[in-house]
Amino acid sequence: MALLQIAEPGLSAAPHQHRLAVGIDLGTTNSLVATVKSSSATVLPDEHGRSLLPSVVRYTEQGEVVVGYAAQAEQSRDPNNTIVSAKRFMGRGLADIQDVGRSPYRFVDAPGMVQLLTRAGAKSPVEVSADILRTLRSRAEDSLGGELVGAVITVPAYFDDAQRQATKDAARLAGLNVLRLLNEPTAAAIAYGLDNGAEGTYVVYDLGGGTFDVSVLALSRGVFEVLSTSGDSSLGGDDFDHRIYCWVLEQADLHGLNAHDTRLLLTRAREAKEALTEHAETRITALLSDGLTIDLVLTQAMFHDISKTLIDKTLLPVRKALRDAKIGAEDVKGVVMVGGATRMPHIQKAVGQYFGQTPLTNLDPDKVVALGAAIQANVLAGNKGEDEWLLLDVIPLSLGIETMGGLTEKIIPRNSTIPVARAQEFTTFKDGQTAMSVHILQGERELVSDCRSLAKFVLRGIPPMVAGAARIRVTYQVDADGLLSVTAREQTSGVEASIEVKPSYGLSDDEISRMLTDSLAHVQDDIAARKLREAIVDAEGLIAATAAALAADGDLLSADERSQLDDAIAGLHSAIATQTTREVNAATQRLSQATEEFAARRMDRNIQQALKGKHIGNL
Amino acid sequence: MSTDFTQDHFALFNLPRRFAIDTALLDSAWRTAAAEVHPDRFVTAQDAEKRVALMRATRVNEAYQTLKSPVARARYLLQLAGVDTAEETNTSMPAAFLMAQMEWREAIADARAAANVDQLEALSRQLRGDVKELETELGSALDEQADHAAAALAVRKLRFLEKLDQEIGDAIEALLY
Repeated sequence: MALLQIAEPGLSAAPHQHRLAVGIDLGTTNSLVATVKSSSATVLPDEHGRSLLPSVVRYTEQGEVVVGYAAQAEQSRDPNNTIVSAKRFMGRGLADIQDVGRSPYRFVDAPGMVQLLTRAGAKSPVEVSADILRTLRSRAEDSLGGELVGAVITVPAYFDDAQRQATKDAARLAGLNVLRLLNEPTAAAIAYGLDNGAEGTYVVYDLGGGTFDVSVLALSRGVFEVLSTSGDSSLGGDDFDHRIYCWVLEQADLHGLNAHDTRLLLTRAREAKEALTEHAETRITALLSDGLTIDLVLTQAMFHDISKTLIDKTLLPVRKALRDAKIGAEDVKGVVMVGGATRMPHIQKAVGQYFGQTPLTNLDPDKVVALGAAIQANVLAGNKGEDEWLLLDVIPLSLGIETMGGLTEKIIPRNSTIPVARAQEFTTFKDGQTAMSVHILQGERELVSDCRSLAKFVLRGIPPMVAGAARIRVTYQVDADGLLSVTAREQTSGVEASIEVKPSYGLSDDEISRMLTDSLAHVQDDIAARKLREAIVDAEGLIAATAAALAADGDLLSADERSQLDDAIAGLHSAIATQTTREVNAATQRLSQATEEFAARRMDRNIQQALKGKHIGNL
Repeated sequence: MSTDFTQDHFALFNLPRRFAIDTALLDSAWRTAAAEVHPDRFVTAQDAEKRVALMRATRVNEAYQTLKSPVARARYLLQLAGVDTAEETNTSMPAAFLMAQMEWREAIADARAAANVDQLEALSRQLRGDVKELETELGSALDEQADHAAAALAVRKLRFLEKLDQEIGDAIEALLY
């Protein structure tokens, strides 16, 4: 429909209807939902007026799922069944989780991703995140008074493919239509840039609860171009809490705490950290389950001392990002601070020193990501703002393939602008070889064992040939969400074998629909009726869009092509008349395929016209 | 009539087919084309349009990446002229160039062994000077003399320098992390 709007603004189905779309910041510690109302982005509060939703989910004895402040209040009392910081486990196997003993959870190693054992059964981090997203979704729908068209969900820029896929799965599980996964620092840059009319090179320093990201962006005339991004997907505000927690253990000479005491002291540590933002010292008191009382005073100076190495750790990705963007600290026009953890004065000081300028803190570091996501969601949903702008983002980590000897060969280098595709040719190394295994990797290191394994698949059916004669083309395609798909095809013999894989950490469509059916109260009939309704809505949308496109650009088709399209449209009309979901979907599919070439020609015409306009403008 | 997507990268952006290009014009043509076909513009579109947009946006980005990098641009120009730069197979290099390579390698290894990041960064800057020089040679070989053999040699030399820069970068990262 977007093409429609470019060509014929008046022809869209309901031009004045505002489509409800939200931006969601799914954070390690807190989550938020925001939307654009009367052309300004705003965070949607809960019924008590609170903007933040603590990313805490508790599974109660009564079988209820409690999310947010109420769950947070019980986390020390019921640590095993109250999940905090689930984001740290998204797309991660047990082996990936540093210091398992640090969490009060009972982990279960499941294929692809860990699960957490609760009284409600083993919960995948995807399900826990879906519970948080579901709460935000109903907050938004209650507040906006209607069903959402879709949502933009933010992810740390440094999230790898498995973590992105897991986030998208969580959103689908929560019944959200994901318009786009958006990198958190990029979202912050949108909110900041559009607010301040910024031009030039900016750095976004984003220290969240559990992740650290840094992005370098070039902002010019409505284009947000990400030049490079780097970070650490397991470093965040939580680590500062943990340093205080360790300090308390050391000072009070404590060992082998139970889950309840661990949680209690971690909570006290977080409170101490927050208090030290405003005060020179703070008192930490706690009554442990064995009756022991903790009563300590932590000064700002001591806190800075015990957390200095963490701050230094954030400056390494900063250097790396600047190097990749091929600029120096002196070329940076402004440094935008994002994430609640950047409130800590010694972080602001260290960053200020590194860049030789005071960091920008004029937007609320907790809200800026959600606000940027809301602005992007508004545009993607088709509610055009006054000014046109474009976002060009990159992939954070290189994508490669395993070659002989356990080595990784890079196919797409990090910081490539997305969408991007690259193909590489391989051959067989044995006579008569009929299969080849493809191992997809993500990371910068040379050894396969040092990279993250995303997926493995075998291309079969290669016709037997002498070694080196087969030509197997492996194509990596990364879409605008930063998600990868891979195809492999043997091309010499005319026999084509091709396979498409989604990285293994993501849930399969079957698993998603099983989880959805599990969580829905709908009876089977409702689902069937709903599916038919949806199919017909889609079909009618396609017919309307095609008719409008024909009216605008029908001249791009020959008489023959035109009649083929008309036939497909007629076919879809009769399929709708049968009121059978399967027939409607099949006919929709046929018309959709029939319009592909037409859509391509129209798009090409638009590019050409845009470039002409540009060049005339330049003369 | 519409754009033919089998056309070359230069034609796609309405640029003359030569090595010396106006990079500001390339940037602005890329942004204009990307703005037309970026998948963000087609989130609520029909599936056929979404598929086409993804393909076109990918193609536009590939063309831009190729033309933006001087080495890739030269390789592409030679490829259009039917010349294979034979970077993997042709390893014969002038002796002086090979000597210089060995000196570079030693300098990098020394700085690395001394854990001297500043020295590595200085080497990286110096290398960038050499690269600029070679690119000037490459430009005149392609645009003025139409000397494909000389251009292909310059591309192969630049590949060596690219690898050196990669080595310096890896050394810096290894020391910093």
